[in-house]
Amino acid sequence: MLKIKDLHASVEDKEILKGINLEVKAGEVHAIMGPNGSGKSTLASVIAGNENFEVTQGSIELSGEDLEEVSPEERAHKGVFLSFQYPVEIPGVSVTNFMKTAINESRKAKGLEDMPAKDMLKLIREKSELLEIDRKFLSRSLNEGFSGGEKKRNEIFQMAMLEPKVAILDETDSGLDIDALRIVASGVNKLKSKDNAVILITHYQRLLEYIVPDYVHVLHNGKIVKSGGKELALELEEKGYDWLKQETAV
Amino acid sequence: MDLKDKLISSFMAFENNVDVEHPVHDVRMAAIKNFEDKGFPSKKEEAWKYTSLNSLQKIDFSIFPKEDNALEYKDVKRYFLHEIDSYKIVFVDGIYSSYLSETTHDGVDICLMSAALTKPMYKPVIDVYFNKIASKDESLTSLNTAFSREGAYIYIPKNKMPKKPIEILHFSTGNEASLMLQPRNLIVVEENAEVQIIERHQSLTSNEVLTNAVTEIFAAKSAIVDFYKIQNDVESASLIDNTYIDQKDKSVVKVHTFSFGGKLTRNNLNFYQNGEYIDSTMKGVTILGEKQHVDHHTLVHHIEPNCESHQDYKGIYGDSSTGVFNGKIIVDKIAQKTNAFQQNNNILISDKASINTKPQLEIFADDVKCSHGCTIGQLDEDALFYLQSRGIPQKEARALLMYAFANNVLSSVRIPELKTRINKLIAKKLGVNLGFDL
Repeated sequence: MLKIKDLHASVEDKEILKGINLEVKAGEVHAIMGPNGSGKSTLASVIAGNENFEVTQGSIELSGEDLEEVSPEERAHKGVFLSFQYPVEIPGVSVTNFMKTAINESRKAKGLEDMPAKDMLKLIREKSELLEIDRKFLSRSLNEGFSGGEKKRNEIFQMAMLEPKVAILDETDSGLDIDALRIVASGVNKLKSKDNAVILITHYQRLLEYIVPDYVHVLHNGKIVKSGGKELALELEEKGYDWLKQETAV
Repeated sequence: MDLKDKLISSFMAFENNVDVEHPVHDVRMAAIKNFEDKGFPSKKEEAWKYTSLNSLQKIDFSIFPKEDNALEYKDVKRYFLHEIDSYKIVFVDGIYSSYLSETTHDGVDICLMSAALTKPMYKPVIDVYFNKIASKDESLTSLNTAFSREGAYIYIPKNKMPKKPIEILHFSTGNEASLMLQPRNLIVVEENAEVQIIERHQSLTSNEVLTNAVTEIFAAKSAIVDFYKIQNDVESASLIDNTYIDQKDKSVVKVHTFSFGGKLTRNNLNFYQNGEYIDSTMKGVTILGEKQHVDHHTLVHHIEPNCESHQDYKGIYGDSSTGVFNGKIIVDKIAQKTNAFQQNNNILISDKASINTKPQLEIFADDVKCSHGCTIGQLDEDALFYLQSRGIPQKEARALLMYAFANNVLSSVRIPELKTRINKLIAKKLGVNLGFDL
């Protein structure tokens, strides 16, 4: 479904991704771990089409289509979703209205009419229940004054609404207490299907106890230096990242 | 004849129509003298460096409009906050329209300056308040004082609050080729009383209009005043708004200025804190295009200790529009524990648009908190990416972010219907189809 080949990306002439190869098939969950500054968030941004990064080499394909010339909004329409580490506050636009805009823009791009208000309300009710979100929360301005946990839960709510093919969750576990983590993880698990894929970007193993990955990759210095099954995450938790750095240095 | 000479010679004609025996006329005569000495301010003066009145002075404005310019309510309904009930003080070409107005004397006085300046029953209030906080030195204020005859008169006695907000509307019909208006408002809010006022100037044609308005507001101890200025006039209408506010202990006054239109707009907003534990708030949203020009000059004079002031002005400038923000804060030596906050953020969406922003702090006390900040920039790229990644196209995402930027100032608007109205105006000005109802 998502095929990344020899991906190099830089920002202001500084190369951050130095040749990433990754294939994610439908129905799979991949975890990308690694120390701070290894390029995890950059990879997430580049897949979603952030134009602040320049792809200098390699390619990203979604269902066989090269995404090189595809804008972030078009990638969203095609089924790429990024849950942000730091979601942006939009005063004056409620969560509900924001989702209406996002969904209807996506429908417009596909040549569809706006979703009827009745269907929209039903969808919002269904998905907010999934993430145990209070209705009052939905009328608040997007992310404005939200706690860290509320912001992350709201990101997954948006994911639920948009039903992407490939969802990339960038440090979704950071800033979450254990109850919020459980709710978010259970939401993601319910949204998982044989037709979509999830990429978890995380620093810690904690999230992976709730959302069990099929594959774990370790990113270091802009490259995937090790891949394995879910047991690799445990190993990393136990030993930290230092041994990897030494191993790659050798 | 230039505009200054025309105004001075018109003063004699004006005297034929007012009671020259009334003590207010001494005030008028002193004022015309000051205007005659000083004339229109020029760009050589620091306070007028970025705003030129030269081209306006070349227009042959009518000083006294004809009296019979009637309007039908249906033609102007959309300029009223018609979603809710309100008191209305309406002027058509500077003349009071009883037909469009709804005034009251039921416990509060919501009526006319012309009545207050002539009827004996109002004399005690006029004696105490008229022209007491307005500048006697500033030439355009003096010009207005000299011709002061009509405007809104609002008196709210102790512990009272009018049942509904008050709208002050000035319409220009365009029946004159060009018209100069000089409304004069007096608003007195006594101890523990409260009032909400919405003011709007609206020209109905593309004929030139120049309004030089003066408003004096007196907020007594623990009084609450909310004043909303809607400036969304046509591109042949210019406005010089001079507002002076005197606050006593524990009073709370908020002035919101929404500048979305007009040719040239100058807002001189002056707060004088004559008491302790006072809260003064100034908020503004400015969204301009074409060749529009808006100049916000604010002044907060902290005279006594333990007071606060909050200023938050946001501007979005497109096309060849120009903006000015000059925020002056004076903290007197005895005004310890002052907390003065000032913020001015601007977004330029065209290479030809410009903004001059200048904080001006004069602090003579040593135990105060004063913060100020101004920014001029473009939209936040991370925020833009966030919206695009949700499938919102870049153009719409930009508009949505500008909307959010401006909307931030509206949290303190206490009339929900007005807030909705302003939100819609902002969306319309930015050409945003938000895809939902506000």
